[in-house]
Order: sequence, then C-alpha cells, then structure tokens
Amino acid sequence: MTFDVAVVLVPFIFALLISMLYRFISKKYIGWLVTAVSLVLFIILTTYIPRISNGEIITFTHEWIPSLGINFTTYLDGLSLMFSLLITGVGSLVGLYSIFYLSKSEQLYHFYCYLLLFMGAMLGVVLSDNILVLYGFWEMTSVSSFLLIAFWHHRKASRAGARKSMLITVAGGISMLAGFLMLYEMSGTLSIREIIEKAGLIRESALFVPALVLVLLGAFTKSAQFPFYIWLPDAMEAPTPVSAYLHSATMVKAGIYLVARFTPVFGNEAAWFWLVTGVGLFTLFWGSFNAVKQVDLKAMLAFSTVSQLGLIMSLLGMGSVAIYLGHSSETVIYTQAAFAAIFHLINHSTFKGALFMMVGILDHELGTRDLRRLGGLMYFMPLTFTIALIGCLSMAGLPPFNGFLSKEMFFAATLHIQDLSILSLDHIGFLIPLVAWIASVFTFVYCLIIVGKTFFGKVKTHLLDKHPHEAPVGMLISPYILIILVVGIFFFPNLLGRYVLNPAMASIFPMFPSAEELAPTIHAWHGFFSPELWMTILAVVAGIFLYSLLKSWKAIYRILPYHLSLNALFNNGILWSESLSARFTRRYMTGNLTDYFVYIFVAFLLVVGGYFLYGDVFSWSPVNPESLDVFEAILMVIIMVSSIGILFAKSRITIVFLTSVLGYSVAFFFIVFRAPDLALTQLVVESVSTVLFLLCFRHLPEIKRGVQSKWKEARNLVISLAMGATVTMAGLAALHYEKFKTISEYYNDSYLLAGGKNIVNTILGDFRAFDTMLEVVVLFIAGLGVYTLIKLKAKGGGQNEN
Amino acid sequence: MRINDVILRTVVKVVILIILTLGVYLFFSGHHAPGGGFIGGLVLASGIILLFVTYDIETIQRKMPFDFKKVAALGVFIAAGTGLGAIYFDLPFLSHTDGHFKFPFIGDKHLTTVTLFEAGVALTVIGTLVTMILSISEDE
Repeated sequence: MTFDVAVVLVPFIFALLISMLYRFISKKYIGWLVTAVSLVLFIILTTYIPRISNGEIITFTHEWIPSLGINFTTYLDGLSLMFSLLITGVGSLVGLYSIFYLSKSEQLYHFYCYLLLFMGAMLGVVLSDNILVLYGFWEMTSVSSFLLIAFWHHRKASRAGARKSMLITVAGGISMLAGFLMLYEMSGTLSIREIIEKAGLIRESALFVPALVLVLLGAFTKSAQFPFYIWLPDAMEAPTPVSAYLHSATMVKAGIYLVARFTPVFGNEAAWFWLVTGVGLFTLFWGSFNAVKQVDLKAMLAFSTVSQLGLIMSLLGMGSVAIYLGHSSETVIYTQAAFAAIFHLINHSTFKGALFMMVGILDHELGTRDLRRLGGLMYFMPLTFTIALIGCLSMAGLPPFNGFLSKEMFFAATLHIQDLSILSLDHIGFLIPLVAWIASVFTFVYCLIIVGKTFFGKVKTHLLDKHPHEAPVGMLISPYILIILVVGIFFFPNLLGRYVLNPAMASIFPMFPSAEELAPTIHAWHGFFSPELWMTILAVVAGIFLYSLLKSWKAIYRILPYHLSLNALFNNGILWSESLSARFTRRYMTGNLTDYFVYIFVAFLLVVGGYFLYGDVFSWSPVNPESLDVFEAILMVIIMVSSIGILFAKSRITIVFLTSVLGYSVAFFFIVFRAPDLALTQLVVESVSTVLFLLCFRHLPEIKRGVQSKWKEARNLVISLAMGATVTMAGLAALHYEKFKTISEYYNDSYLLAGGKNIVNTILGDFRAFDTMLEVVVLFIAGLGVYTLIKLKAKGGGQNEN
Repeated sequence: MRINDVILRTVVKVVILIILTLGVYLFFSGHHAPGGGFIGGLVLASGIILLFVTYDIETIQRKMPFDFKKVAALGVFIAAGTGLGAIYFDLPFLSHTDGHFKFPFIGDKHLTTVTLFEAGVALTVIGTLVTMILSISEDE
C-alpha cells in the first residue's frame, strides 16, 4: 500500500467518513474539511512534479480481479499529473468558494459528499491505466455530476437538467465501453500503456475504425461537443461552485483527456484527424455563435465553455497529424497544436473558473443573473468587475493575459495545418483558419456582452431584489487566485511549460524521441507581421463592429424554429422512446403470475430441451430396481401423490400444505443421499416459506378454476408436460453425462487453497466470494424492496413520491 | 376468540434455545463441517420468526430491540468490508487467509477470515428475512 494509489482513495474515504460521521461534524467546518483534503492532495501531487518532469513515470499496481486481468493500476505520467493538479487545485478553490456561497441551511453534508465522490472518480479517470477501471470511474463522474446538478432537487429544471446530462453522458460512456472492449479484442490487453505499444498491430484490425468512433463518442458526449453539447447549458441548474468545478474546469475535460490519451493509438488514422478536428471546430463556432443570444449569464458561460472545449478538441485533432505523418524534423511543428491544446486547457480552467465564480457572486449578491436586469454594476462591485474584466479579456484572447498566448498558438496551428497537402487538406484546408477566426469574433462579442451589459450602462435597481453591494471577502479569494494565475501565466508561461506541459506532451507523443524538441518556448510577441497577430487584431475590430450593431443582426437567431432545434429533437426522442417502451412492456407484463411462469418455462424448454434435441446428448440406462432402497421408494410415492394432489386441490391451504410436503420430502431425499447442507437449507427454507404463505394467505383471493379460455388451458397443459419431461430427462441424463468433469473435482484441494474442508462453504466464501458478496447485496436490496413496497402502499401508493 | 396456545408457548420456550444454539453452532462449524453463514443465518432467522409467530410482534420487539433493516445493512457492510480488508494487505479484493492459533484452555483452534465474511452473510440473511416477514405481516 504505497501512497501513489492512496491519492485516488482519499476522497472516497473522506466521502464515506462524512456520510457516516456527519452527526459529529459541524456544518460550519465541513466545507473547510473538504477544502483541506483537496489542498493537501494538491500539495502532495506537486511534490511529484520534479520526478515527472525528468521523464519518470510512476506506476503502482494493485491486483483487483487478477483472473480477468482487471487491475487497479495507477499510472502517473505528465498528462495524468497535469489533470490531477487541475482537479485538486480547482477543487480546493471551489471548496473554499462554496463555503461562502452555500447557505448553512442547505444539505451541506450531501453536497460535500458528492463533491468528494466526484473528485475521487475524476482522479480515478486520469490515473487509471486499466481501461475497464477507467470506464468505472468515468461513469462514476457522470453519476456524481447527476447528483450535484440535482442538488436543489425541489426545482423541476434541476431534475430535468440532471436527467438529461446523465442520459447523454452515460450513453456516450456505454459506447466508449464497447470501443474499449473492441480494443481489448484487438490488443489482448486492458492496459492503456500496452495498447499504445501495440498500436501498429491494432491498426490492421477490421475493428479499428469502429473502436475509434465509439471511443470518440464517449469523449464527445462528455466534453459536450456538437451535437451532444445540449446537456451542458441545462446542467447550469447546479449550484455555481459545481458549474465552475465540474462543468467548466474538470469533468467536461475528461473527454479531452481521453482524446489526448488515445491519440498515440488512433492518431495515425485519417478518420481520427477529421472527426476530432471537424467536430471540434464546428463546436467552437456553434458554441460561440449561440452564446451571443443568451440572456442568462450562466447559460452564456455554458455555451462559451462548449465553444472553448471545441477549440481544445480541434487542436488535439490537428496535433494528431504529427503521428499520421510519422516523426521527422518537419512534422514536429504539428505537435505544437497539441501543445497549444493542453496549454489552453489550463488557461481555460483559470479564466473560466474565475468567470463562473464571478457570476456566482452576482447571483448570490443580487439574486439574479439575467442580463436584462443587470447593468452599471462597476461602481457597486469594483472587485467583482475586475474579475469579469480580466477573465473576459483572457477568454477573448487579448494580452497581457494567458488566453492571448494559447489563442495565438491556436491561430498559428490552423495556419500550419492548411499548408498540408495530405488528407485532402489542399482543397478545404483554408476553412480551418477561417472557421477559427469567425468563432473568435463571436467569442469577442460575447465577452463584450458579459462585461458591457453587466457592469456598464444604467443601473436597474428597480429590477433587482437586493441593493447591489460588493461580495464578502471569502467569495473573492478563489476567483482572485485564479485571475492572478491568468496574469502570471502570461508573464511566465515557460515555467508552466517546462514543468507541467512538456511532460504531458511526452505522454501524448510517446513514440517521438525527445520531449524537449516537442515543446516550444512560448513567446508573446511573434513580430509585427506575424499572421496570427493580425488575425487577433481583425477579430477584435470585427467583434467591436458586431457588438455595436448587435440589435440589427440578432434576428438571425430566430431563423431556426424551436421544433427543429437539438433540444426539441432530444425531448421528442425521449418522449417517443418512453411511450414505445411503455406500449411494448404492457404487452408482456400482464401482472398475471401464470403468464410469467409461461415465459420462464418456455425459455427453459428452448434452452435445455433444445440442447437435448440439437446436441443429441441424451443417454440413460435404466436403474437397477434392486439398488432402490425401501425408504427411497416411500419418499418417491409421497412426492408423486402430493404433486398429483396439488393439481386437484380446491383450496389454497391444501395447496400450501401439499407443496410443503413436497419440499420436506425432497429434503429427506437430500439426507438419504448424504447431503446434509442441502437438507438443512431445504428444511429451513421450507419452514420459513410456509410461514410466509400463511401470512400472505388472507390477502389472496379464492382460487378460480376454469375462468381461462380453453385455448390457454391447453397451452399451459402442453407447456407443463413438456417442462416436466425436460426436467426428468435432464435428471436422468445427468447420471451419464460425460462432456464435462463434475464440479467437485475442481475443488478437491479446497483445504490447501482456501483452508476449509467444507467444499460448499469454501466455494461460497472463498472461490466464488465475489458472487456471494453480490448475492448478499441483492438479497438486501430485495428485502428493502419488499419493505418499501409495503410501506409505500400503506401510505397510499406512489402519491408521496416527492 | 383467543386461541389456547399454552402448549406452543411452552414448547417454544425450550425449543428456541435449541434452535438458536444450533444456528450459532452451524455458523461456526461451517468451515470444515456442514453449516456456514447462510444456513446458520437461516436457522437463526427461522428461530426468530418462530418467536414472532408464537408470541406477538410487540412483545418480541421489546425484548429484541433491533431494527432488522439495519442488521441487514450491517451484514452487507461486513461482507464488503472484509473484502476491502484484503486490499490493505496488498492482496486481491476478497482474498482470505487462515491460520492455527493456540489459546489457553481451549487449545489449538483454526481461525479464518472467511468467518468474518460469513458473519456478514449471516447477518444479512437474518435481517432481510425478518424484515420481509415482519413487513408482510404488518400489512393491512
């Protein structure tokens, strides 16, 4: 148990502790506790920076289910370290901010418990080397995001937003799982490192492109790329600290992480380049275009996040060209796109985190974030205004802020890529810088809107619930740390580059010899005649022009009618699938036990009976009558009489007793055949179920015979006879079946392996302990199910759901 | 109408001791002889149910003030917890170990961690069974 693995576990352990010991922790300190946990993790992770930047890779393996090759391997390289620092760093800032944001009357224990769950899951995603473990953590981030979006679950919009995000991201997650299984099929390993080593082998397989598309689906849904982005604006129903943390800085970047991580595997395929770059660029444009029309500040930031994620995604796509071309001194230039991607990822987390916190302050202090009700706040909230100004200028890509550096690199990358003559880029390559430029014009417009409409213009105090005033210091600390970073990174970008970004580059391009030549030195000034500088200047000019004429061209947003929008399509799709499945389910879920038994028996007949017929494996020899014991014969007669008696019984109580007789006789058979375990279990189960029957007795109606149609009765008769015959055949055939060894042979050495002489129990408790554990859980859930069903019914059905 | 159940009550008073003892015995003997967590739990649960059937629910709940839902939950926790314990010793999830220990007076005993796991199973079985029977019987 080294410390490396504990980093992932610490948030989970604390989440568990909070959920169990919340009575002993005051609500005043719970937020500080969570902040401290993430801060300590952050500090611990920073101690790894020197080792990782020297090219070291720290792995730790814990065998979880070794028989299936599922190991809990933490893999700390440049890329995972960068993401872990982001997760814990932003996590501690958000924790601090949320202490002041959330009122003490909220369910704070739930909130911080979910937040820690998310942090642990997210660390798990970026640190896992095993793809199945990664998948598990991946879905766990979706679940914790669901819980956090629905934190204010008394609001309908929160529940709807939570459901939407869950549906879309989990659907993507499942397709990613399918892609992972294909990767496993092709490479024979579940370890990402080994898959990367076998990239050449995988390339040959027919499953390569399907796996690529499926994995990308997972990444695109999580990172809110077009057309899956629709969940992100709705997720803004979450408390603002959650939006700042999950829905701008970390969780939505899990898709980026996945793409970066799998670039060495898929990067040499043209489809990868086109899908990642194309979808990214379109999302960049679409997000920024739609952000302009929003009137809710948070929705505007959500669309801006969508657009910025598209930017990072497209940069990673362009970076993969370097792998497509193979390593040479000319191709290294294309890796700079990937460098810009991870650089912008960090920058985006800083300025967007600050902006979200700024909007949270407005919401908290004024009770609204509707642009139509805001204005002229600069004089009332100068400190908040500073956050908004610096954040927006950085987002718009202006100096002296970090967004300028990465935006310049982005423009430079788009210009480099259009010079390529491969991948049919010579025909449509010019579109890439063009779309990028248009998108950045819109970006500039909405940045102007955020600052201009909120902080300049007339004050509309009559529209505000509260008198405008500055936020408490506690809420300002975190965004100020972020904007200090925004400025700091601009002046010392190469410090970040040297220690954090370069090692991350080495993980994206592991086949390239040296990380040194991959990582450029970041310059703010590329000379007066550099095209990227002029792209920025032109974007600013065009942006100011469009902003001043905003009213005259806003009508274009009304061209697309609502019923054709993606949201309407999604909602209709959900409604349609719900009604379809309801109709289908009603067809076979009749509520009649006899029908359900028919399904079960027919399935059994098809599988077992079909196997006997198809496999031609039935063989038996008649039992020598002399070996039959008198005792056995008596039991057989009792069983026969009672089972035939059941058929003719008139009242339920007779049936119950006859069934019990049947059950006890079978238990006696077990004794005769020297299976005391089984006999004991059978006896007890038989007794308990008789009690259960007697309890339920008064609720059951009288047996009515002959109410069913003749046809149904005939059908049931045939099925019962066939069922009886099949079971008899199976019993007879089992005596002589030789296709498999008998199970007991597997467990002959149970004492050596499991330290127990009772084979049955060593199977239950040791060999198949995993099954037993899950069975125990299932039993428990079933018990709770019975309890809640009955208690809920007592309170008048499902009416008291809320 | 009051049912005269003096005989039942008297017999149960004696028999319940035997049943519960048998349950505990089965639970511990499970590793080498017939028995184990599941059967032990079943026998114990059936004993408790017998008490509920013979006397009434209030009387028994006064004497046994457990929330059986919590008993079941505790069982699940123990079963999963023993699995996690293995991780602490750097072994795969749910690995078990055993060993012989010498005790004063009772001599050499074979102890295993499976017993802890089985205790979880037994508690879950007891908790779930009793919860089910009680909630069905309380249903009006």
